[in-house]
Amino acid sequence: MAKSKPTQKPVEELTYEEALSELEGIVEALEREQNPLDEAMKLFERGQSLVAHCGALLESAQLKVQKIAGESLVEFEEESE
Amino acid sequence: MQPALFTETLTVSQVTLRIRRLLEENPELQDVWVTGEISNLSRPASGHIYFTLKDKNASLRCVMWKTDAQRTKPALQEGAAVEAHGKIAVYEPQGQYQLITNLIRPKGEGALFQEFLRLKAQLEAEGLFDPERKRPIPELPRKIGIVTSATGAALRDILNTLRRRLPLAEVILAPAPVQGVDAPPALVSVLQSPILQSSDVILLARGGGSIEDLWAFNDERVVRAVAASKVPVICGVGHETDFTLCDFAADLRAPTPTAAAELATQTTLDDLHLQITNYQTRLTDLISKLLADHRSFFSALTARLRFASPERRIQSEIQHLDGLSRRILSTLTHRIRLQVSRVDGISKRLSALNPEGILSRGYAIITRKDDGKVVATVSDAKGEMNVRVSDGKFEVERKS
Repeated sequence: MAKSKPTQKPVEELTYEEALSELEGIVEALEREQNPLDEAMKLFERGQSLVAHCGALLESAQLKVQKIAGESLVEFEEESE
Repeated sequence: MQPALFTETLTVSQVTLRIRRLLEENPELQDVWVTGEISNLSRPASGHIYFTLKDKNASLRCVMWKTDAQRTKPALQEGAAVEAHGKIAVYEPQGQYQLITNLIRPKGEGALFQEFLRLKAQLEAEGLFDPERKRPIPELPRKIGIVTSATGAALRDILNTLRRRLPLAEVILAPAPVQGVDAPPALVSVLQSPILQSSDVILLARGGGSIEDLWAFNDERVVRAVAASKVPVICGVGHETDFTLCDFAADLRAPTPTAAAELATQTTLDDLHLQITNYQTRLTDLISKLLADHRSFFSALTARLRFASPERRIQSEIQHLDGLSRRILSTLTHRIRLQVSRVDGISKRLSALNPEGILSRGYAIITRKDDGKVVATVSDAKGEMNVRVSDGKFEVERKS
């Protein structure tokens, strides 16, 4: 399935969903296939950085709130109480 | 009218019992809605509620028992115009009749409720509320649409809940008035907005209020817009006990706006953290196992290599060489001994040839004194001669 794609984006540029699905693919590939050791180590290292990246994204996540204004979206400023 | 003197006299209890039967066996009085204004409202510690319903010309004592009061939690106010439902009963000790009330609603609500039931039946018949129409709510929505008032407590509750549970999400707020005559068309318009419809799930929400306040969510246009939404809608309007037609048309009904936000975030930040940790563990386990496999394969190979190595052959060659060298050594020794004994023999034979050896057996060597010639024959012997024997020499002279 998610065999290591030829054009791999740097981990830092991935969205959470992208990183998660690639991570999923790596774990499945390692579980299912007999990879040569050096390839397996590369997958493992990529997986480790994906884990770290996902963790960092979760830590720093801040709800983004936008408001529909006519045909477009604008930042929504919540009135503080 | 002259009383008949000898007819039967009834006790107070008997009369009261007859009156009670008269009232309590009348079906019209046993299931009745009564409208009037509330007065003499009293809520003692017992939990029962006592009040009087009044209109211009009459008053009716009412009681609501604790269980009904707790169940329906009526909003009662002195002077409020209400409709009370219940049955007429007689309280014999005081000779009083009263309305045992089990439901109270604001006056006018009855008509609204009739309209509500009519519309509900109609839309239900159209299949708008069919369970098969309900779509699943995405487990991990990326974009969450919110349709509510931009200034209400509902929005604050929803945003706080989303921040707490899934700050990874993006919110698309479609502000709209949620009560009044402008509310239904505004709600319809935002529900149809393509921007809103690009969300993964839509929350339609409003805080608590009277049934009139919530009425926009029973408006046929709004209900139809909810049913027509391409994206699943979670409806959280009012409180737990409030049901609107939008609740029925939505894919999921939430008791409150906060609950709607919770239902929209079935997967929370904690779940995601857990998921990542899980992947990490699986990844580490996998690679450890892989490395262990490779290690044991490697050591098996090493063992085979050691077994197949030339070392063993070398050992056996060395052994062979050792044997050879031992044989060479013994052969040489033997030959040297042979040579030594031969030399010995020669040396013995040599010593037998030594003239000195002969002298010791009694022979003598005689040489002429003048020319030193060995006297081997009689003719050789003349003049003075030297005689040599084993331990020295002496001189002799030929006499004849």
